[in-house]
Amino acid sequence: MSEQVREVALESPWAGGRSPFAIGSKKLGMWLFIISDALTFSALLMAYTYSRVANPDWPKPFPIYPAVVFSTLMTVVLLFSSFTMVMAVAQAHKGNRSAAARWIVFTMLGGLGFIGLHMYEWLHLIEEGVRPFSNPWGAPLFGATFFGLTGLHMTHVAVGVIYLGIIAFGFGRGKWSAEDVEVSGLYWHFVDLVWMFIFPMVYLMSVQYEPAAGAVGMLLGR
Amino acid sequence: MSTPSHVAAHVHAPPQGFLRKYIFSTDHKVIGIQYYLLALVAVFVGLVLSLLMRWKLAWPNDPVPWFGDGPMLPEQYLALVTMHGTIMVFFVLTTAPQSGFGNYFLPIQIGAADMAFPVINMLSFWTTFVSFLVMVAAFFVAGGAPISGWTGYAPLSAVGEIAGPGQGLGQTLWIVSIAIFCAASLMGALNFIATTIDLRARGLSLMRMPLTVWAWFITAILALLAFGVLLAAGLLLLLDRIAGTSFFVPGGLVFTDKPVPHQGGSPLLWQHLFWFFGHPEVYIAILPSMGMASHLLSTFSRKPIFGYRAMVYAMGAIGFLGFCVWGHHMFASGMSPYSAMAFSVLTMSIGVPSAIKTFNWIGTLWGGQIRFTTAMLFAIGFVSLFVTGGLSGLFLAQPPVDQPLHDTYFVVAHFHLIMGVAAIFGIFGATYYWFPKMFGRFLNEGLGKLHFWITFAGVYLIFVPMHLMGFFGQPRRYAEGTAVQFLSAMEGPQQFVTIAALVTGLAQLIFLFNFLWSLKWGRKAEAINPWRSTSLEWTIPSPPPHDNFGGRQPVVHHGPYEYSVPGEPEDFIPQDAPPRPAPATGD
Repeated sequence: MSEQVREVALESPWAGGRSPFAIGSKKLGMWLFIISDALTFSALLMAYTYSRVANPDWPKPFPIYPAVVFSTLMTVVLLFSSFTMVMAVAQAHKGNRSAAARWIVFTMLGGLGFIGLHMYEWLHLIEEGVRPFSNPWGAPLFGATFFGLTGLHMTHVAVGVIYLGIIAFGFGRGKWSAEDVEVSGLYWHFVDLVWMFIFPMVYLMSVQYEPAAGAVGMLLGR
Repeated sequence: MSTPSHVAAHVHAPPQGFLRKYIFSTDHKVIGIQYYLLALVAVFVGLVLSLLMRWKLAWPNDPVPWFGDGPMLPEQYLALVTMHGTIMVFFVLTTAPQSGFGNYFLPIQIGAADMAFPVINMLSFWTTFVSFLVMVAAFFVAGGAPISGWTGYAPLSAVGEIAGPGQGLGQTLWIVSIAIFCAASLMGALNFIATTIDLRARGLSLMRMPLTVWAWFITAILALLAFGVLLAAGLLLLLDRIAGTSFFVPGGLVFTDKPVPHQGGSPLLWQHLFWFFGHPEVYIAILPSMGMASHLLSTFSRKPIFGYRAMVYAMGAIGFLGFCVWGHHMFASGMSPYSAMAFSVLTMSIGVPSAIKTFNWIGTLWGGQIRFTTAMLFAIGFVSLFVTGGLSGLFLAQPPVDQPLHDTYFVVAHFHLIMGVAAIFGIFGATYYWFPKMFGRFLNEGLGKLHFWITFAGVYLIFVPMHLMGFFGQPRRYAEGTAVQFLSAMEGPQQFVTIAALVTGLAQLIFLFNFLWSLKWGRKAEAINPWRSTSLEWTIPSPPPHDNFGGRQPVVHHGPYEYSVPGEPEDFIPQDAPPRPAPATGD
């Protein structure tokens, strides 16, 4: 009787001899990396929030146009690259290697587009006098948190573009499995998700409310 | 029974050539030994630093070896404090029990041929090694080693040379080293977790894992969550130093008549980020030793561990609560009394799982046929130190009591006993227990017992007087107090502690000699299972072959601690022994 119980228990996915989640170790490893990297970004966002609350003269320098419209465009580009990545993974699972590689290349272009727009924005802010240690509007930490957060995120995007390039090249030439494409997709979506925290916390919460900011600013009622 | 394909995927051929076999090896056993030897070098460096500090404290006006003809300068003393703490915490307490023994024995105890990611495992060790080199380099650059403590407290650590000679390049190297160490720890943690989840042998359900495996698994989860935060904090601190930002530096700061140009930052932010890592780090250091001590106590009492499930849940609870209590390191930094109360209650609640563990350790010993091997002595010593060090934690968990005690030797004595020495006893116990499996020879038991008794008495003689000095008001991190009347009265106890420390430190040479001598001339471990243990590493040769089980896939039928089962011919049942005929007593 109890021996029967034992053997039934062996069929449980956690009884050893198999992956309980029925996924490869690489995918599990990527999930674990994402958890730890999420903690790193959380710590940075906490530091940003803490500094913002601790400094009463925190600037809100972003007008709806052009700054917020521009950063929304960046967001759309990045989101669209997640869509193309989904297509790449779907094609990879169907076994269409060249189609998958093509979608990955579109994804990389989205990432490069994001970096390009972002660099343009950085240069614009630097021209306006924003530095890691000072800015024309108020608390000097504004620049530090802005460049720190978006800089680390941009680094992740850049690493992602290189990673995807290696995957696209290899997968298109018949190396690696569809799961490897999916694992790189996990990373890409994670980087996208991080931006979905940075965008509201850094941009949307720093919108200039003055009517002078333009017609949309007036619509917001301040 | 089909062969699980993912297990087979990790079998690789034995490497040829010295470099691939012993230096850039992907074999978890070689990597485990590499980690252990790195920790062994680091622990003696850290030990010498602590003895130099003790020398200064006992005879403040006398010259100290290697520090010139005059007395040691206060900044030199602080550099010793910083480097002793950093080396011991990161390169000994984090490295030996988790990365060292965990790497060697976790895959074997779960019946796997290697880790889930052997190449990442190798990278993880070599990254740690680079981190250690960068840290040690801080001694030799202009200005010398940093003086801001193992906690790297800002603004001292953030403003550069203006704050002291070691705060220049030395401090920068310290931060870089810690950031590299974070990356290495993340790679290791990821590997441990994936290995434990995916590569357990058939039949090795979670509740059949040895408590050592549970401890390494939970520690890896803590490391995965904590080191990411330290990495972020380290990056911000580095920006403060090289990019002119002021995350951690408030405005209006003046160092020796020179104003610091930063403004708007907060030193408390550094403390929050650091201790969100730092408190789990304490458990990263102690949890593996808890697991190893449990394993030894059961083996050498010839009894099942008392309350196996309670032990697992208690470790889980300690790990979880460890993330909720970082504020208790900051009671004296200024915080809302309401926050302090919350942190205080949460901190004291860790006493509950800790008491459960202690109760169960004693329950395991109770009525057992105890064999006082050296490994067992160190395991019992671990329990003793854990209780002694833990009780003073209940004092410090209360903000009103912590206020006067926080910056005194009382805290120094508390964390050395519970985090430092207790964890080291776990490491020693594990070394005496597993040495025959790792190297095919026994450590000498006579020398081992001599080493144990001197060390055991020594650490109490060092740290009990420190508690008393702390009560009396001896501040920590001060190089000397001879000019202060009430501190000059502390001269006698200081000298007593220093002599105790010198004797205890010298006794560690017995261990070093025993280790090196036994490698070559120790008694040969003829039997595969000399301790008559149940776990899987004792079913394979000593030392094990490259793929551990020689192509065999072990199947587990038993719990990890089936000792002295009534009606059995032997007083232990190996985990992979054939299933017992019914009725089974459950596991």
